[in-house]
Amino acid sequence: MRLRAIFAAIAAVAAGSAVLAAVTDGFRVATTEGAWRLAVAERPRPLPDATLLDQSDRAFRLSALRGRPVLVEFFYTSCPAICGLLVSQFQAVLDALVERPRGREVLLLSVSFDPDRDTVTELADYAARLGDDGRIWRIARVNNPGELRGLLDAFGVVVLPDGVGGFVHNAAIYLIDAEGRLAGVYDPDAAERAIAEATE
Amino acid sequence: MIPGLLLYMMLVAPPVAAWLEGSMVGHMLVQIPLLALAGGLVARAVSGGRGSVLAGFNAGGIPGLLVAVFAVIAWMLPRMLDAALRGALVEAAKLTTVPLLVGAPLAVSWPLLPPVARGFVWANLISHAAVLGWVYSVAPNRLCTSYLFDQQAALGTALLIVAIALLLGWGGVAIVGAPQAARSTQN
Repeated sequence: MRLRAIFAAIAAVAAGSAVLAAVTDGFRVATTEGAWRLAVAERPRPLPDATLLDQSDRAFRLSALRGRPVLVEFFYTSCPAICGLLVSQFQAVLDALVERPRGREVLLLSVSFDPDRDTVTELADYAARLGDDGRIWRIARVNNPGELRGLLDAFGVVVLPDGVGGFVHNAAIYLIDAEGRLAGVYDPDAAERAIAEATE
Repeated sequence: MIPGLLLYMMLVAPPVAAWLEGSMVGHMLVQIPLLALAGGLVARAVSGGRGSVLAGFNAGGIPGLLVAVFAVIAWMLPRMLDAALRGALVEAAKLTTVPLLVGAPLAVSWPLLPPVARGFVWANLISHAAVLGWVYSVAPNRLCTSYLFDQQAALGTALLIVAIALLLGWGGVAIVGAPQAARSTQN
C-alpha cells in the first residue's frame, strides 16, 4: 500500500515538474512578456511590411529600412508616464551611437500607436521639442490605421485603454536586425544591451 | 454533489466567467479558488465514506496534495492567466483542471494528511500569499499584460489581507483550539 503511494508521489512530482517546465520555458520565465522576449531572442521573427509616415511627412515601408539595424520603441505623444522614460532613453541611445564605430549604421524609430491624435503635425512638434532632425531618429505613425493592430501584434506590444483617455502599454526597446526581422526585446533601462547587440 | 455541480455550472457560465476575469482579484482570488471548491465538493460527495480504487495510491494524502500543489503553482503564473484570457483552449484547460487537479485531490487528500503536513500546508499558504501580495504590490512592471497596473496593485493588497486573515484564523485555532475540539475536551 505504502509503496504504491510512494510511486504515486514520485510520479506526481515528475509530472508536475514537467508541466511547470513546459509552461515556464524550462523554468526561465513566468510572465507573457518574459516568454516573448526569450522566444524572440532565440528565434527572430518576420515583421509585417507596414507603411509609416514620419515627422517630415515622408512615407516609407518598414522593409525599406532593411540593411541596417533599427532600434524601435512604441509610444504616444500625450503619454503621461512610461513613454517619457522611453524617449529619454532614445535620446541617450542617439548620443551613445555616435561614439561607437558601427553606431552610425543604426537607425532609431519611434512609432505612435495613437494615430488619431498623433498626426504628422503633432509628431513634427514632438520631434522639434526633442531637437530631432529625423536623419537617424524617425518619429512616425502608421499611414493606414488598419495596419496598426498587425504591427503591434508582431512586436508583442499590448495596448489597453486606461479609462481616462490614455493607454497602458508594455514599454520596451525592440531591435530589428539588418534582415528586417524582430531580433531582440529589451527593458527601457537596458538600452546599453540593445546598442551592443545592434552594433555587434 | 449537487452544490458542487451547481457552483461549477455558475462559474463556467460565460457572463460570470467574463465578469470574474475582468479583474485580477476576481480571476486569481475568486474564480480559481471557487473552481477548486466546486471540484472539492463534487469529489467529497463522490468518494464520501467509500474506499476508492485510487485510495492505495494516495495513502497519507501526500500524492494528492502534490498534484494539487503543482496545479496551483501552474495556474498562479501570470503567463497562464494571460494565456487563459487570450485563448479558448487554455481557458477550457483552466476550467477543467482547476476542479479536477486542485480541488478534487485536495478534498480527498486533506482528511488523510497527518497534522504536521496540514500545518506545513497552512504555513506555506500564508507565507506564499504574503510574499506574492508584496510582489504584486511593489512590482514596477505589469506582470500580466492583460490587466492594468492598478488591478495588479489591488491584487497585491488583497493577497496581503488574505494572508493576514489566514494567519489570524489559523493562529487563533492553533492557540485557542478549534470549537469542536474544545467541546470534546470539556465533555
